[in-house]
Amino acid sequence: MQLAIIDSGGANIASLRYAIDRLGVASELTTDPAKVRAASHVILPGVGAAADCMSRLQKTPGLVDTIRKLRQPMLGICVGMQLLFESSEEGEVPCLGLLPGRVRRFADRDDLPVPHMGWNQLEFEPGSPLLKDIQPGDHVYFVHSYSAPVSPLTVASATYGEQFSALVQSGNVFGAQFHPERSARIGSLLLRNFLQLQQTQ
Amino acid sequence: MGRQVRLIARLDIKGPNLIKGVHLEGLRVIGDPQAFAKRYYEQGADELLYIDVVASLYGRSKLTEIVRRAAHDVFVPMTVGGGIRTVQDVTDLLRAGADKVAINTAAVHRPELIREVARRFGSQCMVLSIEAKRRESGRWEVYTDCGRERSGLDAVEWARRGIELGAGEVLITSIDQEGTRKGFDVELTRAISEAVNVPVIASGGYGEPAHLSAVVKEGRADAVAFADVLHYNRASLADLRAAANAAEITVRQV
Repeated sequence: MQLAIIDSGGANIASLRYAIDRLGVASELTTDPAKVRAASHVILPGVGAAADCMSRLQKTPGLVDTIRKLRQPMLGICVGMQLLFESSEEGEVPCLGLLPGRVRRFADRDDLPVPHMGWNQLEFEPGSPLLKDIQPGDHVYFVHSYSAPVSPLTVASATYGEQFSALVQSGNVFGAQFHPERSARIGSLLLRNFLQLQQTQ
Repeated sequence: MGRQVRLIARLDIKGPNLIKGVHLEGLRVIGDPQAFAKRYYEQGADELLYIDVVASLYGRSKLTEIVRRAAHDVFVPMTVGGGIRTVQDVTDLLRAGADKVAINTAAVHRPELIREVARRFGSQCMVLSIEAKRRESGRWEVYTDCGRERSGLDAVEWARRGIELGAGEVLITSIDQEGTRKGFDVELTRAISEAVNVPVIASGGYGEPAHLSAVVKEGRADAVAFADVLHYNRASLADLRAAANAAEITVRQV
């Protein structure tokens, strides 16, 4: 198994690498399309603004195209998940378009500050291999101002004023709005489950 | 589910040591921060907060090394502050494993730094740290250099300005209450919470469960930082979580 972590320049890359190290899995931080293609699993982390993240990916020739054509399990985290969709309200940026839909900003409310920052519960019907050994109601750590609406791709949701997608899946493409690398035991289980997925051919 | 309150373990650092003071002064050495960080993570802290209390006075600190060690054992968010002056300082701390940075002195001296950090790493990464002291007028003045220097800024106005510049969270430390165990400055926390629409962390003064309840319910804090109550083992994070549950404050169930 070789995990490629795409170097999107985000703030959570170090945390993610430590969390992966702890699982005893080798990982490489890279933007090299050849290395990404050769990996058994790919993680697209992202922290910051969607437009910045997209433009960083676009800086490496061939990288965006490579990501779009991957067949191995790929997990987008936080903004990395948001980039999987067609577009984001954040900077009105076109994204990777691997998943249908548009990422939108949380509505402003007096009683709930934005960003949504902190621990929140996962709501789901068991079934996804990514949620093995995780229970509905378990807490994970979120930090975000934008989210993907609940759709047929939603595997788990969470509620912050409104319900939104916490975890999505379509074929080999997965996205987590929360930070598994910062979600203690539950996050570690999710990363383990992801790394146990087999390549779909 | 709506708002969930975070229980944060605060570790004040001087050189290689975990320390604790009163009113941010009279610092006592408590021990090796790594052992405490690990204990708080295992007890179920929602986040860790490291503040190097002398870094802005003496220049470089050992924080990066402390964070790098902690990152191997701690898998909850870590916010790190003290002596951060540039985007490069932030980059170094994030590479070491920090998730967010808390900036006080350098932001007061050069507010544009807030915008630079938020642009590069996102607002969620940029915590505006405010150390404030109550004035006779019923207002609070911002202090820099760990409670040593007056800035002339009004704490509530400064919080508002910091958010406009891109800060995604406010850490408010009451110098009056810090280390006293007499309770948080609820009025200050509430004034800040009402002025900004981002999460507010209250710090300084925890002594008993009623203080937690007051700062969340009346002060409208989104997160609460605890230091000496944990360091001296007067309560564990599990005890604090139980106190929150008893007060019907929604917190993570570990």
